[in-house]
Amino acid sequence: MLSRTADHLFWMSRYIERAENLARLLDVTWQMSLVPQSLDAGNQNWNAIIALNSLEETYAKKYSEITAENVLRFMVSDADNFASIHSCLRMARENAHAVRGTITTEMWETLNATWLEAREKSFEQLLNAGISEFFEWVKMRSSLSRGTTLGTLLQDEAYHFIRLGTLLERADNTARILDVKYHVLRPHGDEGATDFYQWGALLRSVSAFEVYRKVYRDVITPERVAELLILRDDMPRSLHFCMNGVVKNLDLIANRHSGETQRQAGLLHAKLHYARVEDILEQGLHEWLTDFMDHIYMLGDGISKDFLVPMAEAA
Amino acid sequence: MNFYNEMMDANDGVRAHYQGYDQWLKATPPERIARKRAEADLAFHRVGITFAVYGEEAGKERLIPFDIIPRIIPSAEWKALQSGLRQRVRALNMFLHDIYHDQEILKAGKIPAEQILNNAQYRPVMKGVDVPGGIYAHIAGVDIVRAGAGEFYVLEDNLRVPSGVSYMLEDRKMMMRLFPELFAKHKVAPVHHYPDMLLEKLRAVAPQGVSNPTVVVLTPGAYNSAYFEHTFLAQQMGVELVEGRDLFVKDEVVYMQTTQGPQRVDVIYRRIDDDYMDPKVFRAESTLGVPGILKAYQAGNVTLANAIGTGVADDKSIYPYVPDMIRFYLGEEPKLNNVPTYMCRKPDDLKYVLDHLPELVVKEVHGAGGYGMLVGPAASKEQIEHFRQLLIAKPDGYIGQPTLALSNCPTFVEEGIAPRHLDLRPFVLSSGKCVNMVPGGLTRVALTKGSLVVNSSQGGGTKDTWVLED
Repeated sequence: MLSRTADHLFWMSRYIERAENLARLLDVTWQMSLVPQSLDAGNQNWNAIIALNSLEETYAKKYSEITAENVLRFMVSDADNFASIHSCLRMARENAHAVRGTITTEMWETLNATWLEAREKSFEQLLNAGISEFFEWVKMRSSLSRGTTLGTLLQDEAYHFIRLGTLLERADNTARILDVKYHVLRPHGDEGATDFYQWGALLRSVSAFEVYRKVYRDVITPERVAELLILRDDMPRSLHFCMNGVVKNLDLIANRHSGETQRQAGLLHAKLHYARVEDILEQGLHEWLTDFMDHIYMLGDGISKDFLVPMAEAA
Repeated sequence: MNFYNEMMDANDGVRAHYQGYDQWLKATPPERIARKRAEADLAFHRVGITFAVYGEEAGKERLIPFDIIPRIIPSAEWKALQSGLRQRVRALNMFLHDIYHDQEILKAGKIPAEQILNNAQYRPVMKGVDVPGGIYAHIAGVDIVRAGAGEFYVLEDNLRVPSGVSYMLEDRKMMMRLFPELFAKHKVAPVHHYPDMLLEKLRAVAPQGVSNPTVVVLTPGAYNSAYFEHTFLAQQMGVELVEGRDLFVKDEVVYMQTTQGPQRVDVIYRRIDDDYMDPKVFRAESTLGVPGILKAYQAGNVTLANAIGTGVADDKSIYPYVPDMIRFYLGEEPKLNNVPTYMCRKPDDLKYVLDHLPELVVKEVHGAGGYGMLVGPAASKEQIEHFRQLLIAKPDGYIGQPTLALSNCPTFVEEGIAPRHLDLRPFVLSSGKCVNMVPGGLTRVALTKGSLVVNSSQGGGTKDTWVLED
């Protein structure tokens, strides 16, 4: 497969996954803000979203203060913000457009129609209709896109690059959500009473609320939330699950340059496979997650160099 | 002016080959037609069968309007056309081989040598280069119009990167989806094997000694107006769609950059003009091409389709000589008519054109896509004066032709069904001695009342083209 084609496929799936996770994060933050809380805590939640994506500077150029509406506008509809849902859907579609001959008609039509529909929606319309409805829509479109991929695409190299993009992006995004929310909820790591609603919302943001109930059949504790989202390998949005898939798909596309990247992936996977949540929390969850996200970034870089934008061998 | 109507005869009777369709149209409720037309629009949009229009906002895409009344060609007419097209394309390929080798036609004085050798489209780098099978124009799009009492004329030969074949195929697919009952009633010759035929031709012209050639389609990229077609053809043929940056040349061999390392490329169906193919030889600023590819081509390590330098044969200043080429190379009389053409570089012709501007069509010699032309009868006084100045300033840049009474065909327009002018572009494929084509081609229709310009960039639409089998 052409390196450039693989590059477009990889980023196509990353952008649609990113849009979905952003919708999840914004939705949960919005839901949390509806539960009575101090103004301070509320602002902190919205601030965290900007910080999460390292967008402080871009944001400050447009808005003087952090408010729910400003942050939503910025992260949902702002075409100038390359990290907004609007931009992610556009990039997903543009990458798909560049390889529309490689993906199936159904996949292309899904992403094309998603973008065409998103483009028509002004932020005011979204607010009036209930912003949560829009987030639901984004999640559904992402699911549809994954579904058409699974249901129509030949499971060849193209499929592996798409899965790789999806899982790498999801690993990063879940880690980010957990990192930010965990520290907003337990700023000092103390053992005080935990807020059922806030933890519940966090779980819901990664579709893990019902899973939690099923797995633990017990009250929500921060330790178990961390364990579920990091270590459970049968939980489709957990870090362990994502790394299982990353390692598997990397093996399937291996070439003669990719040995080191595969080794790095295997190492990161082993760290999850043999980890205990007590040890992670003892090390400090924030430190541990930061380290994990650094490694995910390096993996993406390695994949890019090995497969997607190889140095030209031209004379 | 009286126009030949494809569907109706002079006494307003329905022509024999349209009778089945006419009965169907009369029997079908207008609401159903309207619903189907809306369905077609929606489907074209969703599938993204669009084209970009130069000069409009970058990346903006438009649909080419699709008309549901087919253009129907009876079998006998098509057979005559096909044989004329074969003859013409064969002669054009022989001409191209000749002018890049022994130049017999120039020595024989059939065409003034300076007309060829000083032509910007003549590529001296191709002199003495042998291309597989002696084929230069592997894919030719020959524009045919019907005028007067129904005679066919060749309007122009497109031998560089003719486009539109994807619309031919998609129009057929759409018609079959919307109105399957029509195809049960008519024996319409199929066209969907075009991509297979094209792939077979491309494989047949692989460099010598390559038994299982790697074929690719080379596109300028997603913002090109015909990008849909490039992806479509690559997908249908099952080959890679590459951009210039995906290819590189090492030791005069072309490779593409893949996830498993470099892979050799043998045949390139390129949809990029000569000028942009190799920044080391042609336009240095081009980022669309592949540095060094011309050397690999000259060394015979890769085949380009179409060849470099075909533009000299479809140039409008060379067009008047095509009948002579047919006589010279094949010893046959041309089966298809040329439109009488005034070459403004000749003083007598220029005088005639200047004296008759309001009646004539004036075309830029190197123009294409309906840009840079004057349709005398439809032009304002200012436009005519503007062209007069252009002609006087640069006579050899223009030709003049009588305004043809292009045939028309009933077409759905805002006020109902009305006749609109059309042309036909068959796609003629050549490799070695074989010249093939699928029956029919792309029918383009000028949707503006009275307009004779069918180009999609000028608001033209398309129709499905049916060749009826006996």
